[in-house]
Amino acid sequence: MIQWVELIIFALLFALVTVLGFVASRWRRGATLDHLDEWGLGGRKFGSWVTWFLVGGDLYTAYTFVAVPALLFGAGAIGFYALPYTIVLYPLVFLPVLRLWSVSRVHGYVTPADFVHGRYGSPVLALLVAVTGIVATMPYIALQLAGLEAVLRTMGLNGTGLAGHLPLFIAFVILALYTYQSGLRAPALIAFVKDILIYLVILVAVFYLPAKLGGWSAIFDASAHKLAQPSPTTGAPAGSILLTGNNQLQYITLALGSALALFLYPHSVTGALASRGRDVLKRNMVALPAYSLLLGLLALLGYVAIAAGVRPITNNATGRPDTNTIIPVLFETQFGPWFAGIAFAAIGIGALVPAAIMSIAAANLWTRNIYKTYLRPDATPAEETKQAKLASLVVKLGAVLFVVAVDPQFSIDLQLIGGVIILQTLPAVAIALYTRWLHRWALVVGWLAGMSYGLYLLYQIPNLAAKRPHFGGSALTLDRLSVFGWHLFPGSTVQIYVGFVALVVNLLVAVLASVVLRAAAVSNGTDATTRSDYHADEGSERFKPGREGAVIH
Amino acid sequence: MSSPPSSSGLRFSGWNLLLLVPFLMLVTPWFNSIEPRLFGLPFFYWSQFAFVPVGVICVALVYWRTRDTPTVPAEGRPGGVDELDEGTAR
Repeated sequence: MIQWVELIIFALLFALVTVLGFVASRWRRGATLDHLDEWGLGGRKFGSWVTWFLVGGDLYTAYTFVAVPALLFGAGAIGFYALPYTIVLYPLVFLPVLRLWSVSRVHGYVTPADFVHGRYGSPVLALLVAVTGIVATMPYIALQLAGLEAVLRTMGLNGTGLAGHLPLFIAFVILALYTYQSGLRAPALIAFVKDILIYLVILVAVFYLPAKLGGWSAIFDASAHKLAQPSPTTGAPAGSILLTGNNQLQYITLALGSALALFLYPHSVTGALASRGRDVLKRNMVALPAYSLLLGLLALLGYVAIAAGVRPITNNATGRPDTNTIIPVLFETQFGPWFAGIAFAAIGIGALVPAAIMSIAAANLWTRNIYKTYLRPDATPAEETKQAKLASLVVKLGAVLFVVAVDPQFSIDLQLIGGVIILQTLPAVAIALYTRWLHRWALVVGWLAGMSYGLYLLYQIPNLAAKRPHFGGSALTLDRLSVFGWHLFPGSTVQIYVGFVALVVNLLVAVLASVVLRAAAVSNGTDATTRSDYHADEGSERFKPGREGAVIH
Repeated sequence: MSSPPSSSGLRFSGWNLLLLVPFLMLVTPWFNSIEPRLFGLPFFYWSQFAFVPVGVICVALVYWRTRDTPTVPAEGRPGGVDELDEGTAR
C-alpha cells in the first residue's frame, strides 16, 4: 500500500534538491566549467563550511545510516565498530591528508593515482591504483541505490520485477543529469539540505523514541534478551550487546582497517582536494567528528528497532527479508506520516550526495589515469572534462543495472571486498606521501600479494546464516589463516578483519622486495615532487615564491 | 625549484604525539562491560561516546599549537618570525 503523505513530502524535498542540483552549476562559478578542476573538484575553492557539509555528506553515506543500525539489529555489539572507526579516523589522517592536499595543489593532481604517477613516474603503478579505486567504488555506488530503494519500498513502491525498480531508475536519471551539468558543485550544495534533514531526524529519533519505549535501560535489556535467542538457521545466539572473546580482535582490526581505508577511497580524496587550503582541512578534522556522534547515536537505533519489535520488509524483487529496511520501518511505525516522510527524504537525499561524489571520483580516475595516460595523451582540458562527464553517466548507469540485475546481497559482499582491496593501495599512496623508500616495483608486487591473499581469504569465509560457502563476511577465524597450507593458529576461534591481514602481507612483501630491488640497483623512477611541495599552502606567508605559476586556479 | 633544506623536510612537532591518544579506545577489554550504566546505556557504549570529545580535543590542540603562524608566541622568547615554524613551537 502506498503511503501518500510520506510520498508527497519525499517528492517535494526531492524536487527541491533537484532544482539545487541544476542551479549549482552557477554557484561560485569559475571562468569555465570545461576544466576538470572546475567540474571534478568544484574549482578547488570550497571553504570550511562547504567542506564540512560536503565531506560529511560524502563519508557518512545513506548506506552507512541504514546498514550500521541493521548490523546492531542483527549481530549486536560488533556493529558498533562504526563509532571507534570514525573517531580514530581523524587523528589518523590529519597529517597525511594535508600533505596530499599540498602536493596535489602544487602539481594539479586530481586523483590519488595522479599523485602516485608523479611520485614514482610509473604509469603502471598509477593504473593499478586507479583500477583498484574504480572497482572499489562501483559497488559502493550500487549500495547507495540499495539504501534509496529500501526507503522507496517502505513507502509502498514495492513492485515486483522491473517495474519495481522504476522509481529508483527515475531518481537516478535525475541525479545523473545534474551531476553531468554541475559536477562537484551539485553534491556540495545538496549536502546542506541532506545534512540538516539528517541531523533533525536523528536528534528527534534518539530523544523521542527511547522515551516512548521505556528508556535506554529497557531497550538494552530487550536487545540482550533477543540477541541471546538461538538463531533458527545456525542454532547459535545471533550476537550479544557486549563483545565476546572471539570478536574483540575483529572489532579492533575492523575499526582500524576501515579508518585506514577511508581516505584511500577516491571519493574521500575528491572531497578533501576540493577544499581551499590546509586550514580548511584542519578545521574540518576537528569539526567532522560531530557526524561520528550522530552515527553512534544512529547505530543505537538498531537496538531501538529490536525493542519496538520491528520486522524487516520482504523485498518483492528478491523475495527475501531485507534487514536494511529496519530503520525505515522503525520510522514509519513510530512516527506520524509527516515526520516519516521527512526522515525518508533525509535517507533518500543522503544517498544522492555520496553517489554523485563517487561517480565523479570514478570518472576522474578513468579520465586522468586511463584515458589521458593511455588513450589520448594530448587531450585538452576541455576534452578531459567532456570525457569525465560521459564517464560519470556510464558509472551511474552501471550502478543502476547492478542493482536491477543482481541480488542486492551481492552488492553488500562486493562492498565488503571493496574495503579489503582499497586498503592494498595504502603503501603506494599513503606511505609514498612520506617516503620513496618502498620501490615502485615492490609496491606492484606487494599489491599483487595483498590483493590475491585477501581475496583468497574472503573466498574461504562461509556465511552460516545465509547458507553460503564463500564470501560470507569479512571476519576470518584465525583457524583458517594459513601460509601455503601451514596453519598458524590451529583450532583458534578468534576472529580478525581480512583487510588487515591482507595489508600486513602486502607491506611485508613490499619491504622484502624493496630490499632486493635496491640491492640490485633497479631504477626507482623519477620523482616529480620536491620536499617543500608537501607543505605548500595557499595564502600562507610561507608560500614558496615561484609556486604560484604551478598552481591551477 | 629547490628551497632551503631548513623548511622543506619532515616538520615534526611534539604536539603531534597527541594524535595517538584517541587510539587508546581500540583497547576494547578496558570497557567491555555493562556496568556502570549512564542514562541506561551500558559502559561499553557510553565510554566510546566519551571518546568523541577526546578525539576532538586532541586534534584541535595539534591544530592550534602547530599553525604556521601561532596566535600566541611561545613563552619566554621574543618570537622571531623564523622561530615560529611548526618544528619549534612546542
